[in-house]
Amino acid sequence: MIEKTVAELSTALARGDISSVELTQAYLHRINQYNSHLNTYITICEDTALKQARAADKSRSEGNCNPLLGVPLAHKDIFCTKGITTTCGSRMLHNFVSPYDATVVEKFNAAGVVTLGKTNMDEFAMGSSNETSYFGPVKNPWDSSRVPGGSSGGSAAAVAADLCAMATGTDTGGSIRQPAAFCGVTGFKPSYGRVSRWGMIAFASSLDQAGPICKSAEDAAMMLNVMAGLDEKDSTSADKATVDYTRTLNDSLEGLKIGIPRQHFAEGLSAEVEQKIRDALKVFESLGATIKEIDLPNNHLSVSAYYVIAPAEASANLSRYDGVRYGYRCDGPVDLEDMYKRSRSEGFGEEVKRRIMVGTYALSAGFYDAYYRKAQKIRRLIRNDFLSVFKEVDVILGPTSPHTAFELGAKSDPVAMYLEDIYTIAVNLAGLPGISIPAGIVSGLPIGLHMVGSDFNEAKVLNVAHQFQINTDWHSRKPNLIAMEG
Amino acid sequence: MQWETVIGLEVHVQLATKSKLFSGSCTTFGAEPNTQANIFDLALPGTLPVLNADALKMAVRFGLAIGAEIGMRSVFDRKNYFYPDLPKGYQVTQLDFPIVGKGELSIELEDGVEKIIGVTRAHMEEDAGKSLHKDFQGATGIDLNRAGTPLLEIVSEPELRSAKEAVAYLKKLHSIIRYLDISDGNMAQGSMRCDANVSIRPVGESEFGTRAEIKNINSFKFVEKAINHEVQRQQDILEEGGRIVQETRLYDSDLDETRSMRSKEVANDYRYFPEPDLLPVVIDGAYVNAIRETLPELPDAKRARFVEQYKLSDYDAGVLVTSRELAEFYEVVVTKCDDPKLAANWVTVELQGLINKNNWDISQSPIQAGRLGDLIARILDNTISGKIAKTVFEAMLEDASGVDSIIERKGLKQVTDSGEIEALVDEVITNNPEQVEQYRSGKEKVFGFFVGQAMKASKGKANPAQLNDLLKQKLK
Repeated sequence: MIEKTVAELSTALARGDISSVELTQAYLHRINQYNSHLNTYITICEDTALKQARAADKSRSEGNCNPLLGVPLAHKDIFCTKGITTTCGSRMLHNFVSPYDATVVEKFNAAGVVTLGKTNMDEFAMGSSNETSYFGPVKNPWDSSRVPGGSSGGSAAAVAADLCAMATGTDTGGSIRQPAAFCGVTGFKPSYGRVSRWGMIAFASSLDQAGPICKSAEDAAMMLNVMAGLDEKDSTSADKATVDYTRTLNDSLEGLKIGIPRQHFAEGLSAEVEQKIRDALKVFESLGATIKEIDLPNNHLSVSAYYVIAPAEASANLSRYDGVRYGYRCDGPVDLEDMYKRSRSEGFGEEVKRRIMVGTYALSAGFYDAYYRKAQKIRRLIRNDFLSVFKEVDVILGPTSPHTAFELGAKSDPVAMYLEDIYTIAVNLAGLPGISIPAGIVSGLPIGLHMVGSDFNEAKVLNVAHQFQINTDWHSRKPNLIAMEG
Repeated sequence: MQWETVIGLEVHVQLATKSKLFSGSCTTFGAEPNTQANIFDLALPGTLPVLNADALKMAVRFGLAIGAEIGMRSVFDRKNYFYPDLPKGYQVTQLDFPIVGKGELSIELEDGVEKIIGVTRAHMEEDAGKSLHKDFQGATGIDLNRAGTPLLEIVSEPELRSAKEAVAYLKKLHSIIRYLDISDGNMAQGSMRCDANVSIRPVGESEFGTRAEIKNINSFKFVEKAINHEVQRQQDILEEGGRIVQETRLYDSDLDETRSMRSKEVANDYRYFPEPDLLPVVIDGAYVNAIRETLPELPDAKRARFVEQYKLSDYDAGVLVTSRELAEFYEVVVTKCDDPKLAANWVTVELQGLINKNNWDISQSPIQAGRLGDLIARILDNTISGKIAKTVFEAMLEDASGVDSIIERKGLKQVTDSGEIEALVDEVITNNPEQVEQYRSGKEKVFGFFVGQAMKASKGKANPAQLNDLLKQKLK
């Protein structure tokens, strides 16, 4: 049962084939079996999960038929959860227990989901391999010598290994989509502002967006139905009407116009990955779509612009971690400056400190125009590229990542790591919805197909992804975990 | 050498909103430490700001009151620095696109001449918390009740030329914000704080001298003292051939001196950038017009009207309009007694004196406008004399009942019965033959003696005009 999609579990629970308590116990059992090896969870909430499951079963017996009622979920440890430790993958918050729930958490709770635990992640979501976590790296369930991608590596690996039915993630430059690609699951970043950021620990405020990581586009639609919507607690959340995202999943793709960016099929893309993406395009053509090459002329600037804007915002967002009110404080500070310096030096990891330094530098007097202001100009150019392309096509397709999951420790050079997100970053800069869905296996490792939609057109993206999935079975492929059982 | 002083003021006004600029926490002054700080004020991870709509309205009100350009698209920025009472590690403020642009206000110089002072800009920002050093041996306590309280920072052009002008500007600003009801302007409690940029230059020089910024000036009196002290300090340095260092200085009112806080030459780099958690604040003409319609009559307009409508002197009108409450009080008095000039005297002399002596707010006065109007009406209808009215006024402090009942009970009603007065006059004349003789032989000064004696015999209640007439008649 644990391998099933949310849609399937929802039906099974509704029919009474299984209870939420039984399902939750099955996931907890599997977590006990594999988590020590995969390291997907930082916190496992066995007691509260069972309590929620019992409540869900009771609620169902009283007539509640919410589609997600009693379905077990894992939250990325970046979402504040009342009474449960929220670490953000950092020593800085290793002991932080939030007194409040993030809006996303609150909404899932209201929908009656069961929270199995909090998943591992790159520290403060800064990383593309989950190796920067204070709680150790997550292993890729397809090959435990490889990374799961990041920063939502714990969520993607947990979904892939059936350690939960669905998980939340966040995506600042590709942090939902790239791990989804590496782990062979579906990961969806909605338009900026579609999902409230209240209670989601900030990395780069103008880029961060929460979204679902799950086993199908249909599941993503079901999750987004819960997550999406204006939140008065988040001034940047969008006042745009939401729809039932499952309603248009079965719309025909006849006449769909797909754009293929030349820049995404250029140097650096592995030949096997390219072949799988081209195979996927044939599936779409067979469904009545037309393919057209397009240009995103400023795409090559996106990584550079991103690595100015994101660290700049992060440098301020992370100033609150000063050892004064909560979180890590160094032992025996001699004075205020010593407390600041050592609490932050000891509480943050290398990558986080690197980005704080980069961001601080980019905002400094004398450098602001050359870096921050210029990066914002590039950001506008990149968005304009997309806007003009969307006058001609409905969605843009390409690879999520240039290659499959790499070996743990393989990318010690930060810049090499930054280039991991070369296809995904521009989408965050432009604020558009983007999804990664499984589209093949290369040498035993999954690859992801990346699809970008126009502003707030999540329904279209999910529709196209779902049509691919009902005509292929890549999303149903599972890693073989037998070897890990000890 | 003759020196000219150049002053620009940065005034922080705490906006009188019920809740903070970006959170729902209460803003009441004086609560137990950290009882008015919610998860956002504590900068817990994941919390986000939401702009207080009232703060925005108040800022626009101020902008309209000083005839300023209103920022139809204003932008919040983060100002980054580390300090324990700044929980987020940055202050949210407005740098390049403030809500209020260039405006002006007029001040009156000592010789009665009006001077226009430019207001460069005014912007919204959050206040910081407080560090408490007392009561914490070897440690610092942090109180975040004030953190996030909305401030309007109002920056003047460097157009003030003396400490007195600075005080006049500040008082005018104080009066305007009180009229607009956007702040209580209480300097002692810190709801209005003033930093002064002070420099001097030789008279005739067009370049500005190097300035020092004086912080922590928390009363009108100290503004004048601090500036004068600073001007003297700079003058002493320059006249001894020294050089002024650009720096921030703190005014110590106990020692009446300024001392260096930090040099601007090693100034912080605040790394301002647009606050990504807030969208630009976009308002439209309809929004601004709706606010414009709620603006009260402001002090300058009210003063002109008082001169015109009540025929008051410019001076009296000026005193009456210093506060909206006083002006409103006055207008109620006038409707009751119909003698604007006399009403103005009573309000500015007796009432104002009473309030100042007791350090009251006008609303705390036991004598409210209606009763004062009644009292003056009794002078005008000859029920009591002006002198007796002062006795009644004193009695009204202790006695909340109506003016007539106090006059009645205390038997203070003026004697206007000419028979009664005549009897008094006769008695005085009979008892003082010597003085009568003097008067009749041409020593007219003695007349005052008779008035005094007769008044005394009437216990002050005789109608003075009638008494005079009768005395003159009988002494012939």
